Amino acid sequence: MQSVDEIVEDFNAVGVNDRLTLLLEYSEALPELPARYKDHPDLLERVEECQSPIFLFVEVDDAKLVHLFFTAPAESPTTRGFASILHSALDGHSVEEVLAVDDDFPSRIGLSAAVSPLRMRGMRGMLARIKRQVTEKSA
Amino acid sequence: MTIEFDQTAKFAEYADPSVLVSTAWLANNLNREGLVVVESDEDVLLYEIGHIPGAVKVDWHTELNDTVLRDYVSDEEFAALMSRKGISRDTTVVVYGDKSNWWAAYAMWVFKLFGHPDVRLLDGGREAWIAEGRELTREATQVTPAEYPVVKRDDSTLRAFRDDVLAHFGNPLIDVRSTEEYTGERTHMPAYPDEGALRGGHIPSAKSVPWARAAGENGVFKSRAELEEIYLDEAGLKAGDNVIAYCRIGERSSHTWFVLNYLLGFENVRNYDGSWTEWGSLVGVPIVKGIEPGLAPAAK
Repeated sequence: MQSVDEIVEDFNAVGVNDRLTLLLEYSEALPELPARYKDHPDLLERVEECQSPIFLFVEVDDAKLVHLFFTAPAESPTTRGFASILHSALDGHSVEEVLAVDDDFPSRIGLSAAVSPLRMRGMRGMLARIKRQVTEKSA
Repeated sequence: MTIEFDQTAKFAEYADPSVLVSTAWLANNLNREGLVVVESDEDVLLYEIGHIPGAVKVDWHTELNDTVLRDYVSDEEFAALMSRKGISRDTTVVVYGDKSNWWAAYAMWVFKLFGHPDVRLLDGGREAWIAEGRELTREATQVTPAEYPVVKRDDSTLRAFRDDVLAHFGNPLIDVRSTEEYTGERTHMPAYPDEGALRGGHIPSAKSVPWARAAGENGVFKSRAELEEIYLDEAGLKAGDNVIAYCRIGERSSHTWFVLNYLLGFENVRNYDGSWTEWGSLVGVPIVKGIEPGLAPAAK
Protein backbone atom coordinates (compact mmCIF):
# COMPACT_ATOMS: atom_id res chain seq x y z
CA MET A 1 0.00 0.00 0.00
CA GLN A 2 1.43 3.34 -1.02
CA SER A 3 1.05 6.56 0.83
CA VAL A 4 0.42 10.05 -0.45
CA ASP A 5 3.95 11.09 0.52
CA GLU A 6 5.54 8.20 -1.34
CA ILE A 7 3.67 9.11 -4.50
CA VAL A 8 4.63 12.76 -4.18
CA GLU A 9 8.23 11.69 -3.72
CA ASP A 10 8.18 9.35 -6.73
CA PHE A 11 6.85 12.05 -9.02
CA ASN A 12 9.20 14.72 -7.80
CA ALA A 13 12.24 12.47 -8.08
CA VAL A 14 12.04 12.59 -11.90
CA GLY A 15 11.91 15.25 -14.61
CA VAL A 16 8.69 16.58 -16.11
CA ASN A 17 8.66 14.21 -19.09
CA ASP A 18 9.16 11.19 -16.89
CA ARG A 19 6.33 12.40 -14.68
CA LEU A 20 4.04 12.10 -17.68
CA THR A 21 5.33 8.59 -18.30
CA LEU A 22 4.64 7.77 -14.68
CA LEU A 23 1.13 9.19 -15.02
CA LEU A 24 0.63 6.97 -18.07
CA GLU A 25 1.73 3.93 -16.06
CA TYR A 26 -0.78 4.81 -13.38
CA SER A 27 -3.43 5.25 -16.05
CA GLU A 28 -2.84 1.73 -17.27
CA ALA A 29 -2.87 0.30 -13.76
CA LEU A 30 -6.34 1.60 -12.83
CA PRO A 31 -8.18 -1.49 -11.56
CA GLU A 32 -11.28 -2.69 -13.37
CA LEU A 33 -14.61 -2.19 -11.69
CA PRO A 34 -15.98 -5.22 -9.84
CA ALA A 35 -19.15 -6.69 -11.32
CA ARG A 36 -21.41 -5.13 -8.69
CA TYR A 37 -20.59 -1.67 -10.08
CA LYS A 38 -19.96 -2.61 -13.67
CA ASP A 39 -23.55 -3.78 -13.89
CA HIS A 40 -24.88 -0.85 -11.87
CA PRO A 41 -23.39 2.37 -13.21
CA ASP A 42 -26.20 4.21 -11.41
CA LEU A 43 -24.43 3.55 -8.10
CA LEU A 44 -21.43 5.62 -9.18
CA GLU A 45 -21.07 9.36 -8.73
CA ARG A 46 -20.03 11.44 -11.71
CA VAL A 47 -17.08 13.76 -11.09
CA GLU A 48 -18.38 16.95 -12.67
CA GLU A 49 -15.07 18.73 -12.23
CA CYS A 50 -13.53 16.42 -14.83
CA GLN A 51 -13.96 17.03 -18.50
CA SER A 52 -14.07 13.29 -19.21
CA PRO A 53 -16.90 11.08 -18.04
CA ILE A 54 -15.41 9.76 -14.84
CA PHE A 55 -17.36 8.09 -12.07
CA LEU A 56 -16.33 6.99 -8.63
CA PHE A 57 -17.68 5.04 -5.72
CA VAL A 58 -16.45 4.80 -2.16
CA GLU A 59 -17.01 1.98 0.32
CA VAL A 60 -16.14 2.05 3.99
CA ASP A 61 -15.92 -1.43 5.51
CA ASP A 62 -16.59 -2.60 9.08
CA ALA A 63 -12.97 -2.03 10.03
CA LYS A 64 -13.38 1.61 8.86
CA LEU A 65 -11.09 1.06 5.90
CA VAL A 66 -11.78 2.92 2.64
CA HIS A 67 -12.16 1.17 -0.72
CA LEU A 68 -12.30 3.13 -3.95
CA PHE A 69 -13.76 2.27 -7.34
CA PHE A 70 -13.35 4.34 -10.48
CA THR A 71 -14.35 4.21 -14.08
CA ALA A 72 -12.82 6.40 -16.78
CA PRO A 73 -12.65 5.88 -20.53
CA ALA A 74 -9.46 4.61 -22.14
CA GLU A 75 -9.41 7.69 -24.39
CA SER A 76 -8.97 9.87 -21.32
CA PRO A 77 -5.58 8.64 -20.11
CA THR A 78 -4.80 11.76 -18.10
CA THR A 79 -7.99 11.51 -16.11
CA ARG A 80 -7.52 7.75 -15.68
CA GLY A 81 -4.02 8.45 -14.41
CA PHE A 82 -5.32 10.85 -11.78
CA ALA A 83 -7.96 8.35 -10.67
CA SER A 84 -5.35 5.65 -10.43
CA ILE A 85 -3.00 7.83 -8.35
CA LEU A 86 -5.84 8.51 -5.93
CA HIS A 87 -6.64 4.80 -5.86
CA SER A 88 -3.03 3.93 -5.03
CA ALA A 89 -2.78 6.65 -2.43
CA LEU A 90 -6.06 6.10 -0.62
CA ASP A 91 -7.47 2.63 -1.20
CA GLY A 92 -7.19 0.40 1.88
CA HIS A 93 -6.35 3.29 4.19
CA SER A 94 -8.41 4.17 7.23
CA VAL A 95 -11.14 6.77 7.24
CA GLU A 96 -8.97 9.04 9.41
CA GLU A 97 -6.01 8.73 7.05
CA VAL A 98 -8.08 9.52 3.97
CA LEU A 99 -9.75 12.52 5.59
CA ALA A 100 -6.35 13.79 6.72
CA VAL A 101 -4.96 13.88 3.18
CA ASP A 102 -4.00 17.40 2.15
CA ASP A 103 -6.64 18.82 -0.23
CA ASP A 104 -3.83 20.24 -2.25
CA PHE A 105 -2.14 16.88 -2.75
CA PRO A 106 -2.80 17.00 -6.53
CA SER A 107 -0.69 20.15 -6.78
CA ARG A 108 2.22 18.46 -5.05
CA ILE A 109 2.88 15.75 -7.63
CA GLY A 110 4.72 18.18 -9.86
CA LEU A 111 2.49 17.83 -12.89
CA SER A 112 1.38 21.44 -13.19
CA ALA A 113 4.18 22.15 -15.62
CA ALA A 114 2.98 19.43 -17.99
CA VAL A 115 -0.76 19.40 -17.45
CA SER A 116 -2.93 22.50 -17.61
CA PRO A 117 -4.36 23.91 -14.37
CA LEU A 118 -7.88 22.86 -15.24
CA ARG A 119 -6.78 19.24 -15.28
CA MET A 120 -5.27 19.50 -11.85
CA ARG A 121 -8.55 21.01 -10.73
CA GLY A 122 -10.27 17.86 -11.95
CA MET A 123 -8.07 15.77 -9.70
CA ARG A 124 -8.78 18.03 -6.74
CA GLY A 125 -12.48 17.58 -7.53
CA MET A 126 -12.10 13.81 -7.36
CA LEU A 127 -10.34 14.03 -4.01
CA ALA A 128 -13.02 16.32 -2.60
CA ARG A 129 -15.77 13.94 -3.69
CA ILE A 130 -13.94 10.96 -2.21
CA LYS A 131 -13.60 12.74 1.11
CA ARG A 132 -17.24 13.74 1.08
CA GLN A 133 -18.37 10.17 0.39
CA VAL A 134 -16.02 8.84 3.08
CA THR A 135 -17.50 11.28 5.60
CA GLU A 136 -21.05 10.32 4.65
CA LYS A 137 -20.36 6.60 4.73
CA SER A 138 -18.42 6.52 7.96
CA ALA A 139 -20.90 8.62 9.91
CA MET B 1 7.32 20.69 -53.57
CA THR B 2 3.70 20.71 -52.57
CA ILE B 3 2.05 17.36 -52.07
CA GLU B 4 -1.06 17.06 -54.23
CA PHE B 5 -4.36 17.78 -52.55
CA ASP B 6 -6.94 15.23 -51.52
CA GLN B 7 -9.58 14.99 -54.25
CA THR B 8 -12.29 13.55 -52.01
CA ALA B 9 -15.64 14.63 -53.49
CA LYS B 10 -17.01 16.00 -50.20
CA PHE B 11 -14.12 18.46 -49.90
CA ALA B 12 -14.75 19.93 -53.35
CA GLU B 13 -17.85 21.71 -52.08
CA TYR B 14 -15.89 23.66 -49.46
CA ALA B 15 -14.43 27.07 -50.22
CA ASP B 16 -10.87 25.77 -49.89
CA PRO B 17 -10.64 21.99 -50.35
CA SER B 18 -6.85 22.09 -50.03
CA VAL B 19 -6.90 22.33 -46.23
CA LEU B 20 -8.52 18.97 -45.54
CA VAL B 21 -7.35 15.42 -46.00
CA SER B 22 -9.36 12.26 -45.49
CA THR B 23 -8.24 9.31 -43.41
CA ALA B 24 -7.82 7.27 -46.61
CA TRP B 25 -5.61 9.95 -48.19
CA LEU B 26 -3.47 10.15 -45.08
CA ALA B 27 -3.10 6.37 -44.83
CA ASN B 28 -1.88 6.34 -48.44
CA ASN B 29 0.53 9.23 -47.97
CA LEU B 30 1.95 8.52 -44.52
CA ASN B 31 5.54 7.99 -45.55
CA ARG B 32 5.69 10.75 -48.13
CA GLU B 33 8.75 12.87 -48.06
CA GLY B 34 7.83 16.45 -47.22
CA LEU B 35 4.85 15.44 -45.09
CA VAL B 36 4.80 15.67 -41.30
CA VAL B 37 1.76 14.52 -39.33
CA VAL B 38 1.16 16.42 -36.10
CA GLU B 39 -1.09 15.21 -33.28
CA SER B 40 -2.46 17.92 -31.01
CA ASP B 41 -4.86 16.83 -28.30
CA GLU B 42 -6.80 18.11 -25.39
CA ASP B 43 -5.65 15.11 -23.32
CA VAL B 44 -1.89 15.35 -22.99
CA LEU B 45 -1.37 11.59 -22.80
CA LEU B 46 -3.44 10.44 -25.76
CA TYR B 47 -0.53 10.53 -28.16
CA GLU B 48 1.38 8.23 -25.84
CA ILE B 49 -1.27 5.53 -25.80
CA GLY B 50 -1.24 5.29 -29.58
CA HIS B 51 -0.73 7.68 -32.47
CA ILE B 52 -0.73 7.57 -36.24
CA PRO B 53 2.57 5.95 -37.29
CA GLY B 54 5.23 8.61 -37.77
CA ALA B 55 3.20 11.42 -36.20
CA VAL B 56 4.82 13.93 -33.86
CA LYS B 57 3.09 15.49 -30.88
CA VAL B 58 2.61 19.21 -30.37
CA ASP B 59 1.31 20.14 -26.93
CA TRP B 60 -0.60 23.45 -26.86
CA HIS B 61 0.05 24.03 -23.20
CA THR B 62 3.78 23.45 -23.07
CA GLU B 63 4.84 24.09 -26.66
CA LEU B 64 2.57 26.68 -28.27
CA ASN B 65 2.04 28.95 -25.27
CA ASP B 66 4.69 31.15 -23.78
CA THR B 67 5.44 30.12 -20.23
CA VAL B 68 5.15 33.58 -18.69
CA LEU B 69 3.41 35.90 -21.15
CA ARG B 70 -0.21 35.20 -21.91
CA ASP B 71 0.72 34.79 -25.53
CA TYR B 72 2.06 32.33 -28.04
CA VAL B 73 5.70 31.40 -28.30
CA SER B 74 8.10 33.94 -29.79
CA ASP B 75 9.21 33.87 -33.40
CA GLU B 76 12.49 32.23 -32.40
CA GLU B 77 10.80 29.65 -30.21
CA PHE B 78 8.36 28.75 -32.96
CA ALA B 79 11.22 28.22 -35.40
CA ALA B 80 12.96 26.03 -32.82
CA LEU B 81 9.75 24.07 -32.22
CA MET B 82 9.28 23.42 -35.93
CA SER B 83 12.90 22.38 -36.22
CA ARG B 84 12.51 19.91 -33.33
CA LYS B 85 9.43 18.41 -34.97
CA GLY B 86 11.21 17.92 -38.28
CA ILE B 87 9.15 20.58 -40.05
CA SER B 88 10.67 22.96 -42.54
CA ARG B 89 8.92 25.90 -44.18
CA ASP B 90 7.97 23.87 -47.26
CA THR B 91 6.72 20.84 -45.30
CA THR B 92 3.11 19.82 -45.74
CA VAL B 93 1.74 19.55 -42.22
CA VAL B 94 -1.33 17.45 -41.50
CA VAL B 95 -2.77 18.07 -38.04
CA TYR B 96 -5.19 15.81 -36.24
CA GLY B 97 -6.41 15.44 -32.68
CA ASP B 98 -9.12 14.45 -30.26
CA LYS B 99 -12.55 15.99 -29.71
CA SER B 100 -13.45 16.69 -33.34
CA ASN B 101 -10.07 18.28 -34.00
CA TRP B 102 -10.66 20.98 -31.46
CA TRP B 103 -7.00 21.33 -30.44
CA ALA B 104 -5.81 20.38 -33.89
CA ALA B 105 -7.60 23.43 -35.30
CA TYR B 106 -6.05 25.51 -32.56
CA ALA B 107 -2.57 24.27 -33.45
CA MET B 108 -3.29 24.98 -37.09
CA TRP B 109 -4.38 28.52 -36.26
CA VAL B 110 -1.13 29.14 -34.37
CA PHE B 111 0.84 27.69 -37.31
CA LYS B 112 -1.03 30.12 -39.53
CA LEU B 113 -0.16 33.09 -37.30
CA PHE B 114 3.39 32.24 -38.26
CA GLY B 115 2.28 31.88 -41.87
CA HIS B 116 3.21 28.26 -42.33
CA PRO B 117 2.17 27.81 -45.96
CA ASP B 118 0.72 24.29 -46.10
CA VAL B 119 -1.25 23.09 -43.07
CA ARG B 120 -4.16 20.69 -43.46
CA LEU B 121 -6.55 19.06 -41.02
CA LEU B 122 -7.39 15.38 -41.00
CA ASP B 123 -11.17 15.37 -41.40
CA GLY B 124 -12.58 13.68 -38.29
CA GLY B 125 -9.22 13.65 -36.55
CA ARG B 126 -8.27 10.92 -34.15
CA GLU B 127 -11.82 9.75 -33.70
CA ALA B 128 -12.41 8.98 -37.38
CA TRP B 129 -9.02 7.29 -37.75
CA ILE B 130 -9.74 4.99 -34.80
CA ALA B 131 -13.36 4.35 -35.81
CA GLU B 132 -12.08 2.99 -39.11
CA GLY B 133 -9.74 0.63 -37.31
CA ARG B 134 -6.65 2.23 -38.82
CA GLU B 135 -3.20 1.64 -37.43
CA LEU B 136 -1.99 3.30 -34.23
CA THR B 137 1.44 2.82 -32.73
CA ARG B 138 3.16 3.54 -29.47
CA GLU B 139 6.51 3.64 -31.15
CA ALA B 140 8.29 6.92 -30.56
CA THR B 141 8.76 8.81 -33.83
CA GLN B 142 12.38 9.44 -34.71
CA VAL B 143 12.67 13.00 -35.89
CA THR B 144 15.45 14.45 -37.97
CA PRO B 145 15.58 18.12 -37.00
CA ALA B 146 14.78 20.44 -39.89
CA GLU B 147 15.82 23.96 -40.77
CA TYR B 148 13.07 26.46 -40.08
CA PRO B 149 13.45 30.20 -40.58
CA VAL B 150 12.57 32.69 -37.86
CA VAL B 151 9.34 34.20 -39.15
CA LYS B 152 7.60 37.20 -37.64
CA ARG B 153 4.21 36.24 -36.28
CA ASP B 154 1.36 38.15 -37.89
CA ASP B 155 -1.18 39.09 -35.22
CA SER B 156 -3.10 41.46 -37.45
CA THR B 157 -4.86 39.13 -39.87
CA LEU B 158 -6.22 36.10 -38.04
CA ARG B 159 -6.11 37.29 -34.47
CA ALA B 160 -8.24 39.83 -32.63
CA PHE B 161 -7.32 41.58 -29.38
CA ARG B 162 -9.76 43.21 -27.00
CA ASP B 163 -9.38 46.63 -28.63
CA ASP B 164 -10.13 45.04 -31.99
CA VAL B 165 -13.35 43.68 -30.51
CA LEU B 166 -14.28 47.13 -29.15
CA ALA B 167 -13.69 48.56 -32.63
CA HIS B 168 -15.60 45.70 -34.26
CA PHE B 169 -19.05 46.40 -32.79
CA GLY B 170 -21.64 46.51 -35.53
CA ASN B 171 -19.95 43.61 -37.29
CA PRO B 172 -20.77 39.96 -36.51
CA LEU B 173 -19.41 38.23 -33.44
CA ILE B 174 -19.79 34.49 -32.91
CA ASP B 175 -19.70 33.04 -29.41
CA VAL B 176 -18.87 29.34 -29.71
CA ARG B 177 -19.19 28.34 -26.05
CA SER B 178 -21.93 26.21 -24.53
CA THR B 179 -25.35 27.79 -24.09
CA GLU B 180 -24.89 27.89 -20.30
CA GLU B 181 -21.73 29.92 -20.70
CA TYR B 182 -23.36 32.22 -23.25
CA THR B 183 -26.35 33.02 -21.08
CA GLY B 184 -24.15 33.56 -18.06
CA GLU B 185 -25.42 30.65 -16.01
CA ARG B 186 -21.83 29.58 -15.71
CA THR B 187 -18.57 31.34 -16.41
CA HIS B 188 -16.75 28.30 -17.67
CA MET B 189 -17.35 25.38 -19.90
CA PRO B 190 -19.21 22.58 -18.15
CA ALA B 191 -16.60 20.57 -16.26
CA TYR B 192 -13.74 23.03 -16.76
CA PRO B 193 -13.99 24.99 -13.55
CA ASP B 194 -10.57 26.56 -13.45
CA GLU B 195 -10.74 28.83 -16.44
CA GLY B 196 -13.62 30.98 -15.41
CA ALA B 197 -14.03 34.72 -15.43
CA LEU B 198 -15.38 37.19 -12.96
CA ARG B 199 -18.72 37.57 -14.69
CA GLY B 200 -20.96 35.32 -16.76
CA GLY B 201 -22.59 36.27 -20.05
CA HIS B 202 -21.46 37.19 -23.54
CA ILE B 203 -20.08 40.07 -25.56
CA PRO B 204 -22.99 42.33 -26.66
CA SER B 205 -24.45 41.36 -30.07
CA ALA B 206 -22.56 38.04 -30.27
CA LYS B 207 -24.58 35.18 -31.73
CA SER B 208 -24.40 31.82 -30.02
CA VAL B 209 -23.18 28.94 -32.20
CA PRO B 210 -21.52 26.23 -30.09
CA TRP B 211 -18.39 25.13 -31.94
CA ALA B 212 -19.09 21.39 -31.97
CA ARG B 213 -22.15 21.89 -34.16
CA ALA B 214 -19.81 22.10 -37.15
CA ALA B 215 -18.84 18.46 -36.78
CA GLY B 216 -21.04 15.43 -37.16
CA GLU B 217 -20.56 11.74 -36.64
CA ASN B 218 -16.99 10.61 -35.96
CA GLY B 219 -15.94 14.24 -35.70
CA VAL B 220 -15.98 14.85 -39.47
CA PHE B 221 -17.08 18.23 -40.73
CA LYS B 222 -20.66 18.61 -41.82
CA SER B 223 -21.44 19.23 -45.47
CA ARG B 224 -21.27 22.74 -46.84
CA ALA B 225 -25.05 22.92 -47.06
CA GLU B 226 -25.41 21.92 -43.41
CA LEU B 227 -22.77 24.44 -42.35
CA GLU B 228 -24.48 27.19 -44.34
CA GLU B 229 -27.73 26.41 -42.60
CA ILE B 230 -26.04 26.91 -39.21
CA TYR B 231 -23.84 29.92 -39.87
CA LEU B 232 -25.76 31.75 -42.62
CA ASP B 233 -29.43 30.94 -42.05
CA GLU B 234 -29.36 30.67 -38.24
CA ALA B 235 -26.53 32.98 -37.20
CA GLY B 236 -27.16 35.40 -40.04
CA LEU B 237 -23.65 35.70 -41.45
CA LYS B 238 -23.50 37.11 -44.95
CA ALA B 239 -20.87 36.80 -47.66
CA GLY B 240 -18.17 39.40 -47.20
CA ASP B 241 -18.79 39.78 -43.47
CA ASN B 242 -15.94 40.63 -41.18
CA VAL B 243 -16.29 38.14 -38.30
CA ILE B 244 -14.70 37.66 -34.91
CA ALA B 245 -15.15 34.34 -33.07
CA TYR B 246 -14.38 33.78 -29.42
CA CYS B 247 -14.82 31.19 -26.70
CA ARG B 248 -13.18 31.02 -23.31
CA ILE B 249 -9.46 30.92 -24.07
CA GLY B 250 -9.51 30.84 -27.87
CA GLU B 251 -9.23 27.15 -28.61
CA ARG B 252 -12.80 26.20 -29.44
CA SER B 253 -13.15 29.35 -31.51
CA SER B 254 -10.15 28.41 -33.65
CA HIS B 255 -12.26 25.45 -34.76
CA THR B 256 -14.98 27.88 -35.83
CA TRP B 257 -12.33 30.11 -37.44
CA PHE B 258 -11.33 27.11 -39.55
CA VAL B 259 -14.92 26.38 -40.57
CA LEU B 260 -15.79 29.98 -41.46
CA ASN B 261 -12.54 30.71 -43.19
CA TYR B 262 -11.76 27.58 -45.14
CA LEU B 263 -15.01 25.68 -45.44
CA LEU B 264 -17.40 28.59 -45.95
CA GLY B 265 -15.00 31.06 -47.53
CA PHE B 266 -15.26 34.07 -45.22
CA GLU B 267 -12.08 35.95 -45.96
CA ASN B 268 -12.03 38.13 -42.91
CA VAL B 269 -12.35 35.94 -39.82
CA ARG B 270 -10.38 36.57 -36.66
CA ASN B 271 -10.11 34.54 -33.50
CA TYR B 272 -10.24 36.57 -30.28
CA ASP B 273 -8.04 34.35 -28.14
CA GLY B 274 -8.35 36.56 -25.06
CA SER B 275 -11.95 35.38 -25.21
CA TRP B 276 -14.23 35.19 -22.21
CA THR B 277 -11.48 34.69 -19.63
CA GLU B 278 -10.33 38.19 -20.60
CA TRP B 279 -13.60 39.92 -21.54
CA GLY B 280 -15.52 38.50 -18.56
CA SER B 281 -12.98 40.02 -16.19
CA LEU B 282 -12.10 43.19 -18.09
CA VAL B 283 -12.76 46.49 -16.37
CA GLY B 284 -15.02 48.89 -18.25
CA VAL B 285 -16.52 46.67 -20.95
CA PRO B 286 -20.20 45.78 -21.29
CA ILE B 287 -21.60 42.27 -21.22
CA VAL B 288 -25.02 40.80 -21.89
CA LYS B 289 -26.67 38.08 -19.84
CA GLY B 290 -29.34 35.72 -21.10
CA ILE B 291 -30.17 34.09 -24.40
CA GLU B 292 -30.62 37.30 -26.46
CA PRO B 293 -27.51 38.62 -28.22
CA GLY B 294 -28.25 42.18 -27.14
CA LEU B 295 -27.42 45.38 -28.97
CA ALA B 296 -23.95 46.31 -30.14
CA PRO B 297 -22.58 49.36 -28.35
CA ALA B 298 -20.98 52.08 -30.45
CA ALA B 299 -17.66 50.92 -31.84
CA LYS B 300 -14.59 52.49 -30.25
